[in-house]
Amino acid sequence: MVQEIICIVCPRGCHLKVDPENDYEVTGNACPRGISYGKAELKNPTRVITSTVKIKGAELTRCPVKTDQAVPKTKMREIMQLINSVTLEAPVKTGDIIIERISDTEANLVVCRDITNC
Amino acid sequence: MQIIKEYQLIIIGGGPAGLAAALSAAQNGLSDILIVERDKYLGGILNQCIHNGFGLHYFKEELTGPEYSKRFIDLLSETNVEVALDTMALNLENSEEWRYLHVMSSFEGYRILRSKAVILAMGCRERTRMNIQIPGTRAAGIFNAGQAQLYVNLEGYMVGKKVIILGSGDVGLIMARRMTLEGAEVVACVEVMPYPGGLNRNIVQCLQDFNIPLYLSHTITDIKGRNRVEQVTVQEVDQNGKPIAGTEKYYNVDTILLSVGLIPENELSREAGVPLDPRTSGPIVYENKETLAQGIFACGNVLHVHDLVDFVTEEAESAGQAAACFVQSGGCVKQDSKIISLKTDSNIGYTVPQQIRIDDVEKAVRVFFRVRKIFREPSRIVFRDQLKSEIASFKRPFMFPAEMENVNLPRQLLENISGTELTISVEE
Amino acid sequence: MFDVIIIGAGIIGCATAYQLSQFKLKVLLLDKENDVSLGASCANTAIIHGGYDPDPATLMGKYNVKGAKRCIELVDALDIKFKKSGTLIIALAENDLKTLDKYYNRGLLNGVEGMAMLDGEEARKREPNLSEAVIGALWVPESGVINPWEFTIAMAEVAVREGVKLELNQKVVDIEKNTDHYLVKTETNQFRTKYVVNAAGVYSDKIHNMVAEPAFTIKPTRGQYFLLDRSAGETIKTIIFPCATEFTKGILVSPTIHDNILVGPDAEVISDPEDTSTTGEALAFIAKQARKSVPCLDFRNNIRNYSGIRANSDYNDFFIKISTPKFLDLAAIKSPGLTCAPIIAEEGIKLLAEEGLELNKKANWDGTRKIIRFKEIPKAERADFIEKNPEYGRIICRCEHITEGEIIAAIRRGLPIFSLDAVKRRAGSGLGRCQGGFCGPRVQEIIARETGISPLDILLNKTGSYILVDRTKNTEK
Repeated sequence: MVQEIICIVCPRGCHLKVDPENDYEVTGNACPRGISYGKAELKNPTRVITSTVKIKGAELTRCPVKTDQAVPKTKMREIMQLINSVTLEAPVKTGDIIIERISDTEANLVVCRDITNC
Repeated sequence: MQIIKEYQLIIIGGGPAGLAAALSAAQNGLSDILIVERDKYLGGILNQCIHNGFGLHYFKEELTGPEYSKRFIDLLSETNVEVALDTMALNLENSEEWRYLHVMSSFEGYRILRSKAVILAMGCRERTRMNIQIPGTRAAGIFNAGQAQLYVNLEGYMVGKKVIILGSGDVGLIMARRMTLEGAEVVACVEVMPYPGGLNRNIVQCLQDFNIPLYLSHTITDIKGRNRVEQVTVQEVDQNGKPIAGTEKYYNVDTILLSVGLIPENELSREAGVPLDPRTSGPIVYENKETLAQGIFACGNVLHVHDLVDFVTEEAESAGQAAACFVQSGGCVKQDSKIISLKTDSNIGYTVPQQIRIDDVEKAVRVFFRVRKIFREPSRIVFRDQLKSEIASFKRPFMFPAEMENVNLPRQLLENISGTELTISVEE
Repeated sequence: MFDVIIIGAGIIGCATAYQLSQFKLKVLLLDKENDVSLGASCANTAIIHGGYDPDPATLMGKYNVKGAKRCIELVDALDIKFKKSGTLIIALAENDLKTLDKYYNRGLLNGVEGMAMLDGEEARKREPNLSEAVIGALWVPESGVINPWEFTIAMAEVAVREGVKLELNQKVVDIEKNTDHYLVKTETNQFRTKYVVNAAGVYSDKIHNMVAEPAFTIKPTRGQYFLLDRSAGETIKTIIFPCATEFTKGILVSPTIHDNILVGPDAEVISDPEDTSTTGEALAFIAKQARKSVPCLDFRNNIRNYSGIRANSDYNDFFIKISTPKFLDLAAIKSPGLTCAPIIAEEGIKLLAEEGLELNKKANWDGTRKIIRFKEIPKAERADFIEKNPEYGRIICRCEHITEGEIIAAIRRGLPIFSLDAVKRRAGSGLGRCQGGFCGPRVQEIIARETGISPLDILLNKTGSYILVDRTKNTEK
């Protein structure tokens, strides 16, 4: 069945029609970038997850984190549960890996802020 | 009163604008620079903006807020820029030669500093429920989106379980996703305008991903709940923004997040006698971000509200450079330069800068502006002088109020205009 | 056994407690809420009235001028804020000029000093933003604006410091009359006392009816307001009243203690005395009426809407009586109740004495209070002051420039603190244009540190107004 999605490549927000039964044919796009976005968003939608994790030994009690690349949208809930269970010990540095290949994806969960201990 | 210390440049605010301005001023040769920051950390609002999407223009990569500010904080640590954290700027006074700044902290006390130049980089604050006069009770559970963001992301507290969001600005959309991922239920996002206030990307990834409905041309018209929010009434609005009777929908929620606009924080500027533009709520500035008060520059959200931090950084860099130039040459602008005022037609909300001193323009001046309605079809941005002759025109395939636009006006074109006014308009 | 129990810790109850605290008595002050001053004393027009309006035959007329003078004496003793702004009552039509004459004559009978009749031009000379339609005005110089909750809290703080016991969250549900004492029952407790003072505001008829024959009925009357940002504060400097009509005292435009502009109230009799919500219709009405007096008012400068419930009644005066032996009603206190509060308390105590209450003065009673306001410290002295008191060097409320020192002092001043609004009422944090958006979390942190209450349990205002629901990442549930 043809699905309608909003293109997010640029602010124009084209309403794309993507047909999974016809090799993910994209219509409604104003530029070629819409085609690749439309195909990818239907074949394998992915998102970068950003959140916080608990941290001990610092003035702050939460540390911002992200997946260092996009993960399948379907794994978002599962990854959030892992994120919620982590507790870091200060100090941490931006880029420190907290969980490698989180939920069997290609992405690592990494620290996004330098936090010193107190 | 005793002057405690003297600087070449003081920057008020250590958020993205202040950081970039300080770096740029240092790179342009100033050695005595102070950043005054009221928070305990540098980085400003970026510290609580833990989502990604920052830096695509400037760094050509996607960073989270803290990562974006870290790039500048790291560079700053290699300079001798002084930073006063947990320090409040209370009062700014202007004179011919010096700018006087009263600052205060618990560890350094009350101090009066003076500086050759000052850059205003105080950012903005959120419009509140009271600013837009939503009637109802004054129960707990009504938060500005940014305030909720601080509680959730920095302090680690949840502000509610069942949430409705008023306003589709980016902060509100981002918080819809954050609250959902943290286990709350977001029942709807309601927007009074007929178009969304935030980026498409956020509509898709923060609302659609979680099946949160977006109601355009709707608003909250009543709040119930004596002590904590219990129910809100949502109504459709007509073309004039007036609620339409009979369209009431009721949501039983404990929390309302408001993302209904930002206001540049110019209390210090106002007291210092810096003339403000009612359209931006920020200072009126020249081509180099100098305000009409000599030696005082402005950049970032205190000047006008930006949607992308990348543009804040660029603007701040040019302000830093101009301030450095001002300090080094006692004002690098020829006093007798012809000044052109930029006017707007009804389709354009404002411009920054508002005034251009032609002699100060090297090759071209970049003019930022916002349109006031959606242009889905190709249109032209046209500059006309007082004789209505077209001076310059720029094509755009589409334009949205949520997106700040900019064009480069070459100096050459400015030199030939009649009169001292240029009007910018949109012609379809 | 208490000598006196005062029911209701609004301005009347607190003024009574304050004045009783100078005597050797065991006094208990009860309130159903989690702080003092949470009823009409918190949400009203904040004016010390001149006294031109009330009927000279009533207690309101008799007390007004005396009350205003006493309030101003207390301003110094209690270190609270008062601004003598004066009042202009304006005439917009020929009919109104007759009303002004009536006010002028009443004012003379009530002892109002310094009144003057102005023509439209003279009025506009005083207040250039007055409407061109103003054809005359009555100038009443002896009047001004005050901070009503600060007034109430200050009296409660001194009373408690001087030995009055305060019990909050105690809603009186019944009063039992015994031969030598009353038993005052609350939802969770009961207290014995020789004398009872009923200062229960909108509930004063209900409290009265627990021990005496019904004599009056409260008609809770809601009034809604706009509070405009300080940037609009230059619009007017004087309290501007239109002439009252049959239906309303009129929508006033007034400066405030904090240099804002206050606009309101309307008057709407409502069934639920707790319903302090605002409505779109009423606010639109108020804005429209106010612009008749001051056309340039810009309501985009609004920083807060609120409403207060006044204890209007079917009794056309304050109800101040011993209604049954040793039971004093200070009831049905409506406008100008704030102005008259100190006199109402004094007259009430006289009545208690006539009922046999012995008033023996304490030797060392101190009726004063002193607080530090950072903003009032001259700039030249600030450096020295902060060196000695570093906590006054940290600004918590950016809009109003309230320091951590002021907030800590407010929390430590003796009354229990459960909410951000309790700190707001004492220190002024969160009163400004961002309405606590920035400082709320910081104030919460300070309350938690000072009182040991968990941030999760710190309230916005009344019991039940929780702000936070949980920690994030709470995996222990």
